[in-house]
Amino acid sequence: MRLYGRYILMHLKSQMQYKGSFFLLIFSQFLTAFSALASVYFLMQRFHRIDEFSFQEVLLCFAIVLMAFSLAECFARGFDRFPAVLANGGFDRILVRPRSTVLQVLGSQVEFTRLGRLCQATLVFCYAIPASDVVWTADRVLLLILMILSGALVFFGLFLIFAGLCFFTTEGLEFINIFTDGGREFGAYPLSVYGDGVLKFFTFVIPLALVQYYPLLYLTGRSDSLLHALSPLFAGVFLLPCFLLWRIGIRHYRSTGS
Amino acid sequence: MKALAAYGSLFRIRFNSGIQYRAAALGGVATQFAWGFLNILLYMTFYRENPEAFPMSLASVVSYMWLRQAFLMLFETWRTEPQIMAAIQDGGVAYELARPMGIYGAWYTRILSSRISGMLLRAWPLLLVAFCLPAPWGMTLPVSLSAFGLFLLSLVLGTLCAAALVTLIHVLTLVTMQPQGVRMAFNSLAELLSGALIPLPFFPPVIARVLALTPFATTINAPLRIYSGDLAGAAAGQAIGLQAFWLVVMLALGHLLLRRALRRTVIQGG
Repeated sequence: MRLYGRYILMHLKSQMQYKGSFFLLIFSQFLTAFSALASVYFLMQRFHRIDEFSFQEVLLCFAIVLMAFSLAECFARGFDRFPAVLANGGFDRILVRPRSTVLQVLGSQVEFTRLGRLCQATLVFCYAIPASDVVWTADRVLLLILMILSGALVFFGLFLIFAGLCFFTTEGLEFINIFTDGGREFGAYPLSVYGDGVLKFFTFVIPLALVQYYPLLYLTGRSDSLLHALSPLFAGVFLLPCFLLWRIGIRHYRSTGS
Repeated sequence: MKALAAYGSLFRIRFNSGIQYRAAALGGVATQFAWGFLNILLYMTFYRENPEAFPMSLASVVSYMWLRQAFLMLFETWRTEPQIMAAIQDGGVAYELARPMGIYGAWYTRILSSRISGMLLRAWPLLLVAFCLPAPWGMTLPVSLSAFGLFLLSLVLGTLCAAALVTLIHVLTLVTMQPQGVRMAFNSLAELLSGALIPLPFFPPVIARVLALTPFATTINAPLRIYSGDLAGAAAGQAIGLQAFWLVVMLALGHLLLRRALRRTVIQGG
């Protein structure tokens, strides 16, 4: 853990060397998320409600998923870039060091500019938290934080799957994008709006609904079920198969020899 | 005539290398299909919520989404040509200047052909499936033969416009030498304004009318709405006219800026 702290500090220092470019990149990341927000805004202005959810409630959902995604992208960027590391033989160096591979790949890239999206999510929270009709008791505030953190873990798991599959394919698989970028775009709305089939998929296969739709039901007072409130915790189980895939991938690994 | 033949072979080279990655294309098709399908589910829920507030017919929105997914490669303004970008940054532009052909034309040809080759690999499996899907989810045939003709014309113009816009982005990169930040913000704005995220009619009416006049609307907005009959008659004619207008403007602007930039460019030896 201390090692990871050092990694983070190192990346922060090196990225702060180019301050102008650093803040410009953060700002443009901020603007990038703006387009997604604008399309949610215009659609909700026109239709007012979707699947019983109001604009403010959709915004809550939007901000939770956006924040979770940007956290995961900032810290797990190393896995996103993993195909390149695999192709140029950099993974050999990682294997010979006496530290966990996951930790080293995590530490290989930390992109703080990705936090531009996080700023956007924070601003949306500033509006949506007071504007929604949610009664903010202590347990609900805790739940909100839990949703964001376990959401970040789910996205982290997806990045891990993406990298793990690279052991078999060498190239990155575009298909995983539908869950990472797609999860961010489509997760802007509670996943129930896409119908039962999609909701079931995002409950049992990729547990994005567990950090988003079900706890949102509890948050907005639509449900008292403890199961709904604690569903983000179950999402953590998703990491097990992700790590397993990573381990299998490593066993399968053959160096490119360069 | 000789110059044209050179551009032709440049087109062929880039085209042939573009159609090599068939497995990757298949993966891309699956992603684009899932993406389109989720989008359609979303709009259907909105439609059930309040059908009166729907500014287009549901069938035309569905066709719009499938066409957008199928022709994505033609219209993605964020997808730059890596070779050209690399040449701008590492000074490879010097080689291109040494060649006996216009550099703007060479860039434009390469950008255009890589887009068309990418689209040709991806569009037909997606359209095939989209046409076979049952009624509410499937793509509908164009409303009339004349609408289909206008759609084809507008699609060609839109492709040329998108390539001109992307070439302009490359030229601006050469001018400003600011490759990442500005372009990223521009890209996401272009996505919103071209109707890639939500079709323009879903904007508030006043904004939609203004946006329809911008060069961004010449790419996705015009051909896709003409296909489903959402733009017909005089409106379709106007959209096509605007496409032609912006195409000329963007080509001229790109040409001019590139010539001015190259006059100032100093190639460092080595």
